[in-house]
Amino acid sequence: MTTSETTPPQTPTVVPARAGLGAADPPPPAAPVRRRRVLRRLRRNPLGVVGFTILAVAVVAAVLAPVLAPYPPARVDFDAPFQVPGTVGYLLGTDDLGRDILSRILYGLRASLQVGVLAVLVALAVGVPLGLAAGYFRALDAVISRFTDLMLAFPFLILAVGLAAIRGASLGNAALAIGISQIPGMIRVVRSETLRLKGLDFVAASIVDGAGDLWVLGRHVLPNALSAIIVQATVTIPVAILGEAVLSFLGLGIQPPSPSLGTMLSEAQQYAAQAPWTAIVPGLAIVVVTLAFNLFGDALRDALDPRASRR
Amino acid sequence: MTGTQLGAAGAGTDGVDGPGRGTPVLTVRDLSVGFTTEDGTVSAVDAVSFDVWPGEVLAVVGESGCGKSVTAMSLSGLLPRAARVTGSVLLEGTELVGAGDRRLRRIRGDDIAYIFQEPMTSLNPVFTVGRQIIEVLRLHQGMSRRQAADRAVELLTLVGIPSPARRVGEYPHQLSGGMRQRVMIAMALACDPKVLVADEPTTALDVTVQAAILDLLRDLGRRLGTAIVLITHDLGVVADIADRVVVMYAGRVVETAPTEDLFDTPRHHYTTGLLGAVPTAGRRASNGRLQEIPGLVPVLSEQPDACTFADRCPAASDRCRASRPPLAPETTDRTVHRFACWHPAGHRADLAAEPPVDHQERP
Amino acid sequence: MRAYLLRRLWQSALTLVLATIVVFLGVRALPGDPALAFAGEERDPASLAAIRAQYGFDDPLLLQYGTFVANSLQGDLGRSTRTDIPVTEMLAAALPVTLELAVLSLAVAIVIGVGAGVLAAVRQGRPAEWAANAVALLGLSVPNFWLGLILILYLAVGAGLFPASGYVPFTEDPLANLHHLVLPALVLGTGLAAVVMRQTRSSMLEALGADYIRTARAKGLGPGALIGRHALRNSLVVVVTIVGLQLGGLISGAVVTERIFGLPGFGKMTLDAVFQRDYPVIQGVVLVTASAYIIVNFLVDLAYSLIDPRIRVAGAAT
Repeated sequence: MTTSETTPPQTPTVVPARAGLGAADPPPPAAPVRRRRVLRRLRRNPLGVVGFTILAVAVVAAVLAPVLAPYPPARVDFDAPFQVPGTVGYLLGTDDLGRDILSRILYGLRASLQVGVLAVLVALAVGVPLGLAAGYFRALDAVISRFTDLMLAFPFLILAVGLAAIRGASLGNAALAIGISQIPGMIRVVRSETLRLKGLDFVAASIVDGAGDLWVLGRHVLPNALSAIIVQATVTIPVAILGEAVLSFLGLGIQPPSPSLGTMLSEAQQYAAQAPWTAIVPGLAIVVVTLAFNLFGDALRDALDPRASRR
Repeated sequence: MTGTQLGAAGAGTDGVDGPGRGTPVLTVRDLSVGFTTEDGTVSAVDAVSFDVWPGEVLAVVGESGCGKSVTAMSLSGLLPRAARVTGSVLLEGTELVGAGDRRLRRIRGDDIAYIFQEPMTSLNPVFTVGRQIIEVLRLHQGMSRRQAADRAVELLTLVGIPSPARRVGEYPHQLSGGMRQRVMIAMALACDPKVLVADEPTTALDVTVQAAILDLLRDLGRRLGTAIVLITHDLGVVADIADRVVVMYAGRVVETAPTEDLFDTPRHHYTTGLLGAVPTAGRRASNGRLQEIPGLVPVLSEQPDACTFADRCPAASDRCRASRPPLAPETTDRTVHRFACWHPAGHRADLAAEPPVDHQERP
Repeated sequence: MRAYLLRRLWQSALTLVLATIVVFLGVRALPGDPALAFAGEERDPASLAAIRAQYGFDDPLLLQYGTFVANSLQGDLGRSTRTDIPVTEMLAAALPVTLELAVLSLAVAIVIGVGAGVLAAVRQGRPAEWAANAVALLGLSVPNFWLGLILILYLAVGAGLFPASGYVPFTEDPLANLHHLVLPALVLGTGLAAVVMRQTRSSMLEALGADYIRTARAKGLGPGALIGRHALRNSLVVVVTIVGLQLGGLISGAVVTERIFGLPGFGKMTLDAVFQRDYPVIQGVVLVTASAYIIVNFLVDLAYSLIDPRIRVAGAAT
């Protein structure tokens, strides 16, 4: 950008007098200072705080599901099918088999988060090295971008279909299919960060100094690309949670009777007219958790790169 | 806004600023602009007054941040909503400050046209240059597509673009920076504007191209009788083509005079500083070195009753900090030279001989 | 532009070849004898031998691949192990349903997404932007199959406004056809709309802050021409690519949507095949999806280069 005067000054401080050269970016502050600044920005974003709080509660609830759940998730009570939410003993009601919806949601959340984390790990494990390589080594860029194109050509559901056909449907396959589908996005983010960092003086100086490629990548590029990677991972998890729900709903993911938010919805489909809560409650659970992740992800992105959020 | 009125500042009413014939096409009086930002109010332009006469080139100079571009944009209400504009801008007697959006839109591009600094980004990349010129012709002149297309080729010829009939169908990225700026000029002149505001029109260009663009501007201004308001920080450009100069500092007009007068006898110490900072042959500061004005242009949340240059001024006294100097005229036989200074500098010849100002009280 | 398109064409072709290799190897990665998998119910030695001969399962891998590609190019994707109907025929029957759903959903997504995105950008910092952002965020967080269930529950079963499931071919009864597709298109389109909205908003903001918008304003153009002509044209360039990249999401979403609304399209065919272990059909489905994705994205790049003259000529220069 140019130092145009047409935009109003943002702060009533002193501006450099000389025209011409765009103000150079200040040198990046030391890591602890940066971290504190990011945390402060995060705390100031009410939506981000709400998202984080919901997430914290959801994660704790999922981890402690065996302790918190009033019943085992598969416990059938033929005397109490279709109990309305609010019924004594069944806070969120029961389904067609008299299973406690609250308990099943807690366990389902556990499975959702498991798939989310596994999928992100897959995306990270493949996407980060490939993204670094594509951004750093010019020769590999074309090869890796063909690889990316190839992966994009298999939508996650089709991938899941293929995997299910070859290896049978399971939680692991769902996570794998979703994880693979998230690799291109991770590669893209890491690649562009690497390209950017490679152009910065301190990295260029290190290269000129004869530092080994792996050393430069590990020592300079990766640590500085971390914030972008974290943001990408954060926005990948809700996608994975939705993906798990979809696959399980279709029967391509977690198999009944294991509780999963997707299978709960799939079972509820049949009885939705007479017991709408069996469809509404698990769906709301998915919405709340993914919304929380998205809110937190947006806030994190804004906090890490306030300039990007203005645009 | 401060609402400060400059007692003797109303230019034009009590002397003859400008060529002294006819009536000014644009009359600016006590124009003030404030911005409301998240961090409070910022005063960008304070009680600026000047006249623009048909056919003349009026340069508005100052460092970046002194409010010259804001002044230029405010003339036809181009500032963002957050801007608060007060005072008066008369275009041949018609008040533009506070005029409705619809009315201003009819004036923009028709009576008041603009050229901006960045010819690379100021043209829309997805439309041909011809279409962008045709657009303004159809909007203001109600031409048919056919007529406008023919006129666009004429305009490109006028601004010296070779093979205009071919260029008219090209996209901005296919043209060089100088060519793009010529397109901008053609677009600005399309409707024979009364005033052409050129905001740093050559800053982004190669030095060799700069001169050609300036010549073109001056030449077309004379031929078409268009008044040009030239916003620049480059005194070399001013010396080249301006008839008169308005010097701005921190949102205020601190000095205004015919170009020759200003360069010969700058009276405000900011102007002498600016001139001292220009490495022009024969115009060097007394010690022969390129001078730097110490300090920065302040960004003010409100306009104080003081000289805003005092903190950077070698001649500043207590009076400068306690009361605002009016933009007072000094009339010679032919011209009016105005400056807002309690301790004006003398003639340049004297300046060299004068001992350093002794009443400095700065730390 | 020709050089650019030739490069893209070569890249797309390469990706397409790679995709066929992946599909080919995927089938060979099946545990056990692929002939068994392709045989379905008929497992007598004679028919197994026939299948081996047909697909060349005993040939060297490279030759097998050649046979696979040659067959596919001739439109021979094998036959369903359940119904013995050629896969190509099944696809020909199912694809129109899915294509119609996809086109309608895209229309929904673009109308809502571009509209809301422009609104959010133009009304930046005002309630309209806030609302548009909130809706987009919700759109990203609500699983579309759940939205489908809820809509069926309340609008179809409850209020009886729309059919809950089923399909009527357009040629048979256009009105009934559209009536059946309103809810599915809404369900599939809204999720995509959120993505389109966010992209439109950010590219619109960028365009609105650009110098050429200031120039356009200085020319005296009104808000309509500024936004509709100068800014939107520039931001649509970005939106077009997004739509191409979202095709994968659209296909995935179509599978789910068809399942919920009982549409006899590509998605239903896919899911049926997977649950019946109908391998030739699965292979055909995966192959067709990947090819479609690659071809559509090539076409998107083609469109992109037509919209944005910078690319058109940048390519010519190289």
